Amino acid sequence: MKQEVIIAGFGGQGVMLLGQLLANAGMYEGENVSWMPSYGPEMRGGTANCHVIVSSEPVASPYIVEPDTAIVMSLPSMEKFAPQVKKGGLLLINSTLIEKDPGRSDLDILKVPANKIANELGNTRIANMVALGAFVGRTGTVKMETIIEAMEKTLPKRHQDFIPLNTEALKRGAELA
Amino acid sequence: MKLVAKRPKALAEKPMHYCPGCTHGITHRLIAEVIDEMDIQEKTIGIAPVGCAVFAYDYFNIDMQQAAHGRAPAVATGIKRVLPENFVFTYQGDGDLASIGTAEIVHAAMRGEKFTVVFINNAIYGMTGGQMAPTTMVGQKTATSPYGREAAHAGYPMRVVEMLATLPGAAYLARVGLFNNREIKKAKKALRRSFEIQEKGLGFSLVEFLSTCPTNWGMAPLDALKWVEEEMVPYYPLGVIRDIEEEGGPKK
Amino acid sequence: MTEKILMKGNEAIAEAGIRVGCRYFFGYPITPQNELPAYMSRRLPEVQGTFLQAESEVAAINMVYGAAGAGGRVMTSSSSPGISLKQEGISYLAGSELPCVIVNITRGGPGLGGIQPAQSDYFQATRGGGHGDYYTPVLAPQSVQEAVDLTMDAFDIADKYRNPVLVLGDGMIGQMMEPVEFKKEITPDQLPEKKWATNGAAGRKPNIINSLRLQPEKLEELNLKLQEKYMAMKKAEVRYETDNIEDAEYILVAFGTTARIVKSAADMAREVGMKVGIIRPITLFPFPEDVIAKASEKARFILTVEMSLGQMVEDVRLSAKGRCPVYFQGRTGGVVPKPGEILDNLKRLAGGGK
Ligand SMILES: Cc1ncc(C[n+]2csc(CCOP(=O)(O)OP(=O)(O)O)c2C)c(N)n1
Ligand code: SF4
Repeated sequence: MKQEVIIAGFGGQGVMLLGQLLANAGMYEGENVSWMPSYGPEMRGGTANCHVIVSSEPVASPYIVEPDTAIVMSLPSMEKFAPQVKKGGLLLINSTLIEKDPGRSDLDILKVPANKIANELGNTRIANMVALGAFVGRTGTVKMETIIEAMEKTLPKRHQDFIPLNTEALKRGAELA
Repeated sequence: MKLVAKRPKALAEKPMHYCPGCTHGITHRLIAEVIDEMDIQEKTIGIAPVGCAVFAYDYFNIDMQQAAHGRAPAVATGIKRVLPENFVFTYQGDGDLASIGTAEIVHAAMRGEKFTVVFINNAIYGMTGGQMAPTTMVGQKTATSPYGREAAHAGYPMRVVEMLATLPGAAYLARVGLFNNREIKKAKKALRRSFEIQEKGLGFSLVEFLSTCPTNWGMAPLDALKWVEEEMVPYYPLGVIRDIEEEGGPKK
Repeated sequence: MTEKILMKGNEAIAEAGIRVGCRYFFGYPITPQNELPAYMSRRLPEVQGTFLQAESEVAAINMVYGAAGAGGRVMTSSSSPGISLKQEGISYLAGSELPCVIVNITRGGPGLGGIQPAQSDYFQATRGGGHGDYYTPVLAPQSVQEAVDLTMDAFDIADKYRNPVLVLGDGMIGQMMEPVEFKKEITPDQLPEKKWATNGAAGRKPNIINSLRLQPEKLEELNLKLQEKYMAMKKAEVRYETDNIEDAEYILVAFGTTARIVKSAADMAREVGMKVGIIRPITLFPFPEDVIAKASEKARFILTVEMSLGQMVEDVRLSAKGRCPVYFQGRTGGVVPKPGEILDNLKRLAGGGK
């Protein structure tokens, strides 16, 4: 098993955290993982992305050229990463913020109204969790319980209270997959 | 009064990359206005620092050089010694000027180098993500003072203009704020004066701008301005600390 | 066994230092290594250590000099422009034979350059870097776990030879998160005593830390002594890793994160039937000359891949001594080479293309 994912969005949409939870969960399940962020001033208000690899083999290059999956949370990130996804790969689109057609008919396209669902649950900031839920539901890269375990083990104390809400968001995302 | 503030000629028509509510933009504008008013656009050479203002060379319609971190006063010295008739200014943050470049700034002032320094004191390192600066307030939390700056460990914040005031080569020294329109007007007046002192060849001039970094302070822009007024001004008093001409010219 | 945790390279290197008894850190902010000093500023006070943000890299390395001379287990970190500023101090540390660990999370240059990963400080790192006839061991990790292990070893190598040791990563190593395990836990009181340290001449003759030798013969004597250490390092400290070189017709040489990209390319090449092997230098000084020399006897060619425009390739050529062609491929300025690019080049070269 090898899953190479690029997760991208605006700074503040929580794409880095999404990637870290996925990488942590992969590690808890005994897989080899890597998480590599974009860094530098472009993250201020601009787009942020991270490359996550979960693999049963040791990870060679942590830098992904042709991802199996791209999770895109904003239009500029879709425009940047949709063309890179492997033929037959998965493109997970935050359809609340992205109306435009990705222009790829050779992909499995999963539209998730992540912000809409997050708002229904009462907090826009958990849109990333909805997307993560949908990704896990569709690909089964890791188990949902392990994502929850990863939240419990890695979220700072002041965010632990959000775990039930995050879990709800994960489930709603998974239902869409 | 004019209704629309026109873009000063000396300011390039390029969107600036500063964060929303950051005062770097205001200071750029004031510099450009002074250059316009003195009609010295073609005679002025600016030096960009390493810090958030590293791209300042893109924002002014004048000749600019980009210097290594902290070394702008040395670069300015070189330029001014070659071009004594031109106007030269450096634009430096508190990490750049008061930390890595302390030796350069002190010695430029000591030599009475005839250029102007625009010193941005925002009590933090902006560009690198909010580390402690020499000007960080006691108790202020930053990426490298996670428990708050402790005077017993990291010393007290550095008052640059007062320190430089011990040097006779410093002809003009002032500290200004940007937290309301009245203070912005005063800031511009001080900046204009510093360029005039340079024009008259009286010596080194520096204006310290108490500035904000909403991003790394973790504050909304308006709260940041309030923080300058309430927390910084009591420690960093505003005003003209030295004006050699008004004090009767250079000392013997 | 300790549990694995997912950590950023910069933070993991800092924790590694603490786990082997490093209690002093002096640094100055610069991207892409900022998480390392920030982590130290949080963690060192918890273990009664000292973190100090210096006013510049020049000051930081001189604080390291003082702390090392006083017998402390001490570390500093920076990135390319800051490492350039430290060179004077590193030369003094080498001349005065002081142990310390210096981390360079390299970014693109020259000048202010950029902040993305690069390997263009290879020459500076492996040729001493500052003035004078000296070297520092250079350890180049390819993963976060290896960055931890090598940082831990770096302190011991530094103490063993009384010499500064460089850990050379790149922006990727610093910023990336991978699972790590800390296999050692040493506290400062478990470290051997440094009898040469200037910690107060109580009941002994005064110790002096110094690199000045005004008499040419004395200075030559010091240099010969230093050379002996470098020779000893060349005998005992060479580290490298090989992958499939036994039957390889083509040898790829790469270090650090580039070696992982090269591994992806080599896997692709083997799938299309090319016999490709990899040599990955782990110590850049001392350089693994022998394994490359041996490989060059059988290989059709060697291809060196770097995130620079060709620096390590000179050492590869010196080792291969013309026994087979040594080609170079690189991207620079923060551009990361892609496995596909390397594969294409391999095929072209194997087909006799120029
Ligand atoms: C020799 C060297 N060391 C460190 C850096 C990294 N660096 C870039 S900007 C900066 C500090 C900027 O802070 P400040 O001068 O206060 O300006 P601000 O960003 O707040 O405007 C540092 C340390 C560098 N470029 N060169
Ligand atoms: S980081 Fe701070 S100083 Fe830099 S542009 Fe943003 S608000 Fe201004």
